[in-house]
Amino acid sequence: MPILEGEGVTKYFGGLAAVLDVDFHVNQGEVAGLIGPNGAGKTTLFNLISASLVPRPGTIKFKGVNITGKKPHQICRMGIARTFQTVKVFANMPAFQNVLAGSFFGTAAGVSPSEATRGVTEALEFVGLSEIALTPARDLTLANQKRLEVARALATKPELLLLDELMAGLNAVEVSEAMELVKKIRDQGITIVMVEHVMKAIMGVCDRIMVLHHGEKIAEGTPQEIANSEKVIEVYLGEQVDA
Amino acid sequence: MDLVTVLDIVIGGLLLGGIYALIAMGLSLQYGVARVLNVSHGEFIMLGAFATWVLYTTLDVNPLISLVIVGPVIFIIGFLLHKTFFRHLLTSKPVLGEVIMLGILISWAIYELLKVTNTGNPLIAIFIGIPVAIALDFILHKNLFKRIGVSPPSQSAYEGSSLLATFGFLYIIQNIAIITWSSSSKGYSFLASPVNLGGAIFASNRLVTLGFAVVIGLAFYIFLARTRMGKAIRAAAQDPSAAELMGVNINQVLAICFGFGALMAGLAGVLYSMCFSIQATMGLGFTVIAIIVVVLGGLGSIPGSFLGGFILGIIGQIVTYFEPSLSLAAYYLIFIVLLLARPKGIFGK
Amino acid sequence: MNINRITSNKAFSPVIIGVIAVLLATLPLYIGGYTPILLTSIYMYIILAVSWSMFSGPTGYMSLATAAFFGVGIYTAAFLGNTVPLPVFMIAGGLASSIVALLVGALTLRLRGIYFAIFTFGLVLLIAQLLMFWELHVTGTRGRFVVVLDYNTIYYAMFVIVAVLMLTAYLLRRSRWGLALQSIGENEEAAAHTGINTTMVKVINYALSAFFIGAAGATIATRWTYIDPVIAFHPLFSFLPVLMAIFGGMGRLSGPVIGAIIFAYLQEILITRFSELYMLIFGIILIIAILYLPNGLVGLIQRTWIHLSGGQRANT
Repeated sequence: MPILEGEGVTKYFGGLAAVLDVDFHVNQGEVAGLIGPNGAGKTTLFNLISASLVPRPGTIKFKGVNITGKKPHQICRMGIARTFQTVKVFANMPAFQNVLAGSFFGTAAGVSPSEATRGVTEALEFVGLSEIALTPARDLTLANQKRLEVARALATKPELLLLDELMAGLNAVEVSEAMELVKKIRDQGITIVMVEHVMKAIMGVCDRIMVLHHGEKIAEGTPQEIANSEKVIEVYLGEQVDA
Repeated sequence: MDLVTVLDIVIGGLLLGGIYALIAMGLSLQYGVARVLNVSHGEFIMLGAFATWVLYTTLDVNPLISLVIVGPVIFIIGFLLHKTFFRHLLTSKPVLGEVIMLGILISWAIYELLKVTNTGNPLIAIFIGIPVAIALDFILHKNLFKRIGVSPPSQSAYEGSSLLATFGFLYIIQNIAIITWSSSSKGYSFLASPVNLGGAIFASNRLVTLGFAVVIGLAFYIFLARTRMGKAIRAAAQDPSAAELMGVNINQVLAICFGFGALMAGLAGVLYSMCFSIQATMGLGFTVIAIIVVVLGGLGSIPGSFLGGFILGIIGQIVTYFEPSLSLAAYYLIFIVLLLARPKGIFGK
Repeated sequence: MNINRITSNKAFSPVIIGVIAVLLATLPLYIGGYTPILLTSIYMYIILAVSWSMFSGPTGYMSLATAAFFGVGIYTAAFLGNTVPLPVFMIAGGLASSIVALLVGALTLRLRGIYFAIFTFGLVLLIAQLLMFWELHVTGTRGRFVVVLDYNTIYYAMFVIVAVLMLTAYLLRRSRWGLALQSIGENEEAAAHTGINTTMVKVINYALSAFFIGAAGATIATRWTYIDPVIAFHPLFSFLPVLMAIFGGMGRLSGPVIGAIIFAYLQEILITRFSELYMLIFGIILIIAILYLPNGLVGLIQRTWIHLSGGQRANT
């Protein structure tokens, strides 16, 4: 059974369908990519999965359980965590506190202070931010803020991690480091869905890719299949492709 | 209920509604564009009403003429308030308003000090106080604030501090009014001759007021929709930085909007005073009503405020017919239903 | 359970606070006259300012309903004061205010902050009008008399409220709930996706802050003896605590306390000299405070200290 399933997922804003009748599934343990030209509906779909928005109509199931209409904090406790396209760290709090919030509130059951602290230390170490645990989040570089978001998400002990344009704004070196981090997360057994424009990252890390265009799914397959798909190439003609 | 009563309620409701529409449009402009929730809005209504009363009872000035006198004055007050205080809150450069504030405080302190030494002359205090204030202000900005990092606030911080600043204005204006005119009710009689409309009797001032309220409201709407300044205002409401890039002088427009907001309140006050008695404490109730109307019409929608004002006015009049002291409760009930069902109001985005 | 290991405040070490607390708790035993009365007023303002900032500080939601909660507490004393002892109607006042806060919060805290601010703004007028209607039509009375208590009893009661409030606020800050509140204030959407039930946390905290305001109102009502809706529900009590908290600075717990002490004392001086002007002067001071001290007096002192000592510290 796939860990994440969507059936007929649709979302209208006014008269415009941002996402239209999309079926999708993500298998446990895989890294799934979500790409498409600007305005294709990728972030909307993400927002639908993470419960920022409610699909109408359509259903989304996580581990077989219908999660349509649940609140974001409920989704988080069930095991879905996410990062944001525009980094949303808690700016005036130290990095440690940022992750601590995830550790305390994002896990399914209650957590004692010492367990929470341990979870934070582990998460910060995992993403490589142990050195700057006491720095206020607003004083971190963009790359580090993104890592912090990932650490905060990981502290909630997710089974599914949604990464929204993790590579955006990163230079080539930082992109490689981020790709390594993604692989490391996958090796922990966490399923990942990532929205990306940076093709190198998508092709290099993903097991499967889904392509959206004007809110509809137009292609799905392995990176190889997608790279060779005529439909996809057509859609991207004229688009900036970071390779 | 017979036709006469219904007509009574309808006309009364439209009259009240017209006034509500004006004050709501003013508040909507201030919040929608200048992003200031002006809780002292009602005080400008009160000022307009009292100015008219003073002009009529002491100088025999026709209240309708007062519209033209009081209006521009209140506009300028609002305009200057924004240019001085709210501009400062948006940036952190020294500004006239804070110099004045500081000057008042320092002058008072010096006055008290001088009193101790028996040379307590307020003028001396002011002459010393103002230059000291100016110097102190510049020094504070150049040295202390820059170095310890007082920076321009975020959007929500600005909304919060501007709200509190208007709270301050509320108390200053209201207390000056209470000191000057005491808190008792005042009134005057103008155009009180009765008119017969379909069997119902109305004082002609009510009909005149209603007419003017509608005319002013429509005129304002046309101003926003058709004129160049109106377009600039609407652009600034949608996206201030983009508007600036398109050549709109944002600082000017924000101050003008605030001024217009105060203007609408002042004019509403003039009209209100023609039909009802006035008190120095009347402002707060109006502010609350204006806020409810703005939410009903949709935050940021001027036509919404116009329409919402009339809706609330008629409902208020109906409730008043049965139970006068429950009108605010009725408005709040509508407010609650709105927040539960459709917070963005009729025309809200 | 020390979550916050970043800043430690040596100036306010537990020993010093303990000593001061004991001194204040027993004050009427050795200082009489006007001082306990003045201190009672100061306690009242401390409670209002600290309670207000306990919620509005971390979350960024500006509550303008302090006067409404205060009035509810006052009226609870008016209703119950003649029939039950002080501790009972004190707690009843707190609970009544909490219930109002729960209702208001449940309704408006799931919406954007501006709706909350404007809803709470009119609340004081609304409740006053409802009570006036009630008195006019249901009970036929105008105003009520409250049981009279001696000043020392009122002093002790208010002191207890202050002590419990400060302890609560302190523990809250250092607990995970304080962390949740702060996260909500920093970025509510991210906080929700991190597993925080933002609406519930906000509403419960709001009710908690309202409890103390109501309890204080119920207690201080006994000093006024005669209550009617106009006296009990005065918008000034929504405005002053905000002024005090902002002036004192909301970064630390001590901020609102210092602000309350300064302004309560200032009010005492001003009322006796310029009984009409003091509200006007407060308005002016509020504007100056907003313009010059966005981070409050304590914040200014703190940053100047940091600047002078040449360092940079993380703040929470």
